[in-house]
Amino acid sequence: MYKIVEKRELNPTVVLMEIEAPLVAKKAEPGQFIILRTDAEGERIPLTVADFDRERGTVTIIFQIVGATTKKLSMLEKGEFLHDFVGPLGRATHTEGLKKVAVVGGGVGCAIAYPVAKKLYEQGCEVHAICGFRTKDLVILENEFKNASSKYVLVSDDGTAGEKGLVTDALKKLIEGGEKYDEVITIGPLIMMKFVCLLTKEYGIKTVASMNPVMIDGTGMCGGCRLTVGGKTVFACVDGPEFDGHLIDFDEAMARGNAYGEFERHRYEAACNLFKKEVK
Amino acid sequence: MPNMSVKRNVMPTQDPNVRSKNFDEVALGYTEEQAIDEAKRCLNCKHKPCVGGCPVKIYIPDFIAKVALGQFEEAYDIIAKSSSLPAVCGRVCPQENQCEGKCVRGIKGEAVAIGRLERFVADYHNKNCTKSPVAPPKNGHRVAVIGSGPSGLSCASDLAKRGYEVTIFEALHTAGGVLVYGIPEFRLPKSIVKKEIEGLEALGVEIKTNVVIGKTITVDELMSEHGYEAIFIGSGAGLPKFMGIPGENLKGVFSANEFLTRINLMKAYKDDSDTPVLHAKRVAVVGGGNVAMDAARCARRLGAEVYIVYRRGIEELPARHEEVDHAQEEGIIFKTLTNPVEILAYNNPNDRRDPKNMSVCGMKCVKMELGDPDESGRRKPFVKEGSEHILDVDCVIMSLGTSPNPLIKSTTEGLDTQRWGGIIVNEDGLTSKAGVYAGGDAVTGAATVILAMGAGKTAAEAIDKYLQSK
Repeated sequence: MYKIVEKRELNPTVVLMEIEAPLVAKKAEPGQFIILRTDAEGERIPLTVADFDRERGTVTIIFQIVGATTKKLSMLEKGEFLHDFVGPLGRATHTEGLKKVAVVGGGVGCAIAYPVAKKLYEQGCEVHAICGFRTKDLVILENEFKNASSKYVLVSDDGTAGEKGLVTDALKKLIEGGEKYDEVITIGPLIMMKFVCLLTKEYGIKTVASMNPVMIDGTGMCGGCRLTVGGKTVFACVDGPEFDGHLIDFDEAMARGNAYGEFERHRYEAACNLFKKEVK
Repeated sequence: MPNMSVKRNVMPTQDPNVRSKNFDEVALGYTEEQAIDEAKRCLNCKHKPCVGGCPVKIYIPDFIAKVALGQFEEAYDIIAKSSSLPAVCGRVCPQENQCEGKCVRGIKGEAVAIGRLERFVADYHNKNCTKSPVAPPKNGHRVAVIGSGPSGLSCASDLAKRGYEVTIFEALHTAGGVLVYGIPEFRLPKSIVKKEIEGLEALGVEIKTNVVIGKTITVDELMSEHGYEAIFIGSGAGLPKFMGIPGENLKGVFSANEFLTRINLMKAYKDDSDTPVLHAKRVAVVGGGNVAMDAARCARRLGAEVYIVYRRGIEELPARHEEVDHAQEEGIIFKTLTNPVEILAYNNPNDRRDPKNMSVCGMKCVKMELGDPDESGRRKPFVKEGSEHILDVDCVIMSLGTSPNPLIKSTTEGLDTQRWGGIIVNEDGLTSKAGVYAGGDAVTGAATVILAMGAGKTAAEAIDKYLQSK
């Protein structure tokens, strides 16, 4: 059992939790992920590590409430326990030797982009952070990013926070303005990452995208997380989760990502109904 | 006076039409009368070829003699001297190639049903025995076992009985390895695995789930920081293989590992499960081994029409005969001498957002013919010209075997592996690193439960010698 030592709502659908897991905290690096289960009958879900504290022995996760399991997870309170918490899994983000990087996050993906930005910034890299959200209420980690970057650009679809527009607009403006990046690191919805990669390909800038496909064991046993990268099948759990964005088949990843869409909607409603009953 | 019937006692089973709709165990087990009757078929012959056929060398005629006398607990004690998982092995061992394959009665009739008797004895013990095993006094040495599958469990059991403090590290949330994620409930009920593991814990073995060796803790750290003096790696087979044909990453294509894990470990066959599984209408399982049979029979139980697609003939199927028979009885259709060349995708030209887009809508196959035997001794299949045809399916399960998991290899310096990834060991199970032993699928590639158990046993013996001489 793994204790929830801190819980905070970052916005109405995004929750931060700090979990007591000393063995995981000892090894975790930005870019890696964990798998958790809320209860003995629960589904295994992968979540990317948002932060870690080796002294306190804790790992922070930030998740959006999108399905039954994240709904159940959001209902657990500080002091309660997760049934299972395993990791760190996958490979860490490659940061060595990078001098100037644009970190492009979208929505809850910014939670995963943040530790990457922080690590780069701490090792002396010039970090430009571009964070996009649908609207003002969904903005997360604004101050954290400001403290981990030399340039922070906030954009929103409706213009209620920062500039109106998409992350690709902001990135394009910076590149056109003469910024020369060693690498672009992008983490967010697949569709956003796809267009970030299409843009950077035009300019020939190396781009890394962090993938979060369907997964069960997370150790290379089930093969559910496979993606096509450069025409080859790879397993996100052991080969990734980060890959060369210019080689990823995003359309295939999007199709595979919604394979259980109907089931998830159904289970989510069931979880919400259960919650309503408990509230009554 | 021995029972000279040429036929063995038939194993009572659930009716195929009933069982193909549930996940309850197929084989129901002998009654006491049937067990005694079957035990009397053993001639207790001088050479005991059956013992030579058993990878863990169970004293087979001795335990059978006790069964014939109705002394079932005594029979159990004899089996338990050699095997730590009799209720499991009695169910999943390929006895026809091992003990029963060597049985003298098999020359002029059917071999003694050794596996069924083993199962009977183990089940009798589990049902009637109230005393739990007693942990022996500790000898002060600590050993880490990586993986809680058959090789790890048997290694841990043998070491614990010798007084070692054993910790098993398991990557998943439940102990048992392939016995819980791979082999289905209807062939090996999970309650039996649980019981065997509880027995191990009673012997003093500690099981730590949710620890991925190679990630959470490395092999070297187990020794340098966690104080283990010897290590057994039983991490099992890993990455599922695919064919490399177009369409393998479509929605509705699974590795057998994924499909079985969803159903067995995550209980996705139950209506209230949080974990989804595809309920397809027509399923093709590609491959002919036991895992393919398991996947096919699971898909059948979820309500699908199921095909086994295998490139060689029915005679060449590597699966146990009993599994093939059971699958056929349950209505699974065997498309042998057939090989897939492409999996076809559904595409709605009028709606780019149709959720069915990029789902499986068929599998293009060719017919095969058999030529001369290849290096494995099996006749090599080649494509029959002009035989291309489409199998109408909406789900494809690839059951082509696995290659060893790279996590330990890539994080353990000085651990030598074969080019294909298997860990290299000597006859004692010792790897290229001092104090580090390995066995099971991590060494051999995908094999059987009992071979993995045998390897765990061998390594336990070697670890004992190593630590006693240190």
